[in-house]
Amino acid sequence: MSAPILDVRNLSVSYGAISALHGISLSITKGQIVTLVGANGAGKTTTLRTISGILKPTAGQIVFRDQNITGLPPHKIVARGIAQAPEGRMIFSNLTVHENLRMGAYLRKCKKEMAASMDQAFAIFPRLAERVKQEAGTLSGGEQQMLAIARALMSKPDCLMLDEPSLGIAPILVRTIFDKIVEINRDIGLTILLVEQNANLALEVSHYAYVLETGRITLEGEPAVLRQDPAVRAAYLGG
Amino acid sequence: MIEFLQQLINGLAQGSIYALIAIGYTMVFGVLRFINFAHGDVYMLGAFAGFYTAPKLMGLFGGGPSYAGAALVLVSAMSICAVIGVLIERVCYRPLRQHPRLTVLITAIGVSLLLESGGQYVFGADPQAFPEIIADAAIEFPASWGIFSTLTITIGQVLVVGSTLVLLLVLRTVVLHTRTGMAMRALSLNPMAASLMGVNLDAILSFTFAIGSAMAGAAGVLTSIQQPSIDPLMGINAGLKAFVAAVLGGIGNIPGAALGGLLIGLLEALVVGYVNPTYRDPLVFAVLILVLLFKPSGLLGKPEREKV
Ligand SMILES: Nc1ncnc2c1ncn2[C@@H]1O[C@H](COP(=O)(O)OP(=O)(O)OP(=O)(O)O)[C@@H](O)[C@H]1O
Ligand SMILES: [Mg+2]
Repeated sequence: MSAPILDVRNLSVSYGAISALHGISLSITKGQIVTLVGANGAGKTTTLRTISGILKPTAGQIVFRDQNITGLPPHKIVARGIAQAPEGRMIFSNLTVHENLRMGAYLRKCKKEMAASMDQAFAIFPRLAERVKQEAGTLSGGEQQMLAIARALMSKPDCLMLDEPSLGIAPILVRTIFDKIVEINRDIGLTILLVEQNANLALEVSHYAYVLETGRITLEGEPAVLRQDPAVRAAYLGG
Repeated sequence: MIEFLQQLINGLAQGSIYALIAIGYTMVFGVLRFINFAHGDVYMLGAFAGFYTAPKLMGLFGGGPSYAGAALVLVSAMSICAVIGVLIERVCYRPLRQHPRLTVLITAIGVSLLLESGGQYVFGADPQAFPEIIADAAIEFPASWGIFSTLTITIGQVLVVGSTLVLLLVLRTVVLHTRTGMAMRALSLNPMAASLMGVNLDAILSFTFAIGSAMAGAAGVLTSIQQPSIDPLMGINAGLKAFVAAVLGGIGNIPGAALGGLLIGLLEALVVGYVNPTYRDPLVFAVLILVLLFKPSGLLGKPEREKV
């Protein structure tokens, strides 16, 4: 296995007195889709928010492209090349689709490259192209998720983190969204850290996976192997 | 009829002042969701910034009243207030970012008291005469205008309304058409999402305080052109009225704050002209109560959507 682009080492995070992560370690290999599966409250969102710098860890290290980024503020982490489409999408509802995408490219200086990224986003999600002038809050749930992903892509990240892209989306659209995730990974070669409760789908598209249980990594491995694991089958794949 | 027109004109001039101050309340509420009760005192500091810088700056243009000198005084008061606003946020509010909003609110009241008492200590408690930076006089209308020639419109009023209009248009451009303005709007919609886009929240908050305080500083000078008596407590009443204006327009909504300011100014003028000057303040606060009862989101505000 080649050196990881993102390396999380013994990360611990707490909310006040409540400890949410107890020393977890993850290695994300460049160019792969890596999935973090786990039940409600396992600490998946906490993990992503800590990597993005929104939460400060109580212990451990986050190393990205061989540089220690632990404790940097969120805007500096975006500048280093990690983007996130957060849980619940968090699109800017009163801004237009176009403005949302420009917000995604907030730190980028070159107008030309920004336009190229926007074309790329529209190529992946043609539906957004038809709705550029529309207020983002009026998009359907699925479209909002597409916008959240496209917006994260606009920073031209080296690593994209997706927090439950299937949350609250019509089942037929979930498939589309996952196809897009695969397409982004394959065509742009973008490294993706995917958080999902829908373990079936997530394991299907990913190259490597971790299982998180109440703040601890309990299992990791190739998806094909994990899917044979009786405990995983019972807990996440519906038997 | 001409009397009514006269009241409208008076109301428009006073309403412009409220509009400028109200914008600061609403912008800060937009990004931080709390009422900066010290904001009215920044308006007072704007008047005093003008008071102290005017002799030097007017001297550059011969010392007497001049438009160029007045413009310079206005800009310097705005800049001084912008710096003060940024300092207030950095020193008093930023350390409390993770604390409950009530803590910040009480701190704001404390900052307000500090500026008022400090103002009395430094500037003296007695009212002072604001220097004459423009030659204010009633504009003469030709007698051929008939009944309209009896209207009293002062140069000061025209300048106040005109400057307010210009400042509002500049603000509109900044908020709607610049990258920083867009970040400000994004931040007010969802701070976490904005920071995930690479927005430096501290920088945008500083910028917001700078703009809001500069507007209040402008209001301080523009008021003093019309009513050249300034004192360290002048921000209390004006600040409260502007706060009511911001709530009336829909707190967090910038055009709403401007509209609310104008409406409160007009209401006051009509009450003074047609009812009884002593009812002016009570009626303004009655408006606040009515708005809170019947349309808490204000005239232009959208009801806060529950975040999922
Ligand atoms: N702001 C907070 N304050 C206190 N505790 C929190 C906070 N946010 C999360 N937690 C707790 O931390 C733990 C991990 O939460 P987290 O949101 O990371 O889980 P998750 O795996 O993303 O769950 P879900 O699948 O429901 O999104 C949970 O026990 C949760 O109750
Ligand atoms: Mg979660």
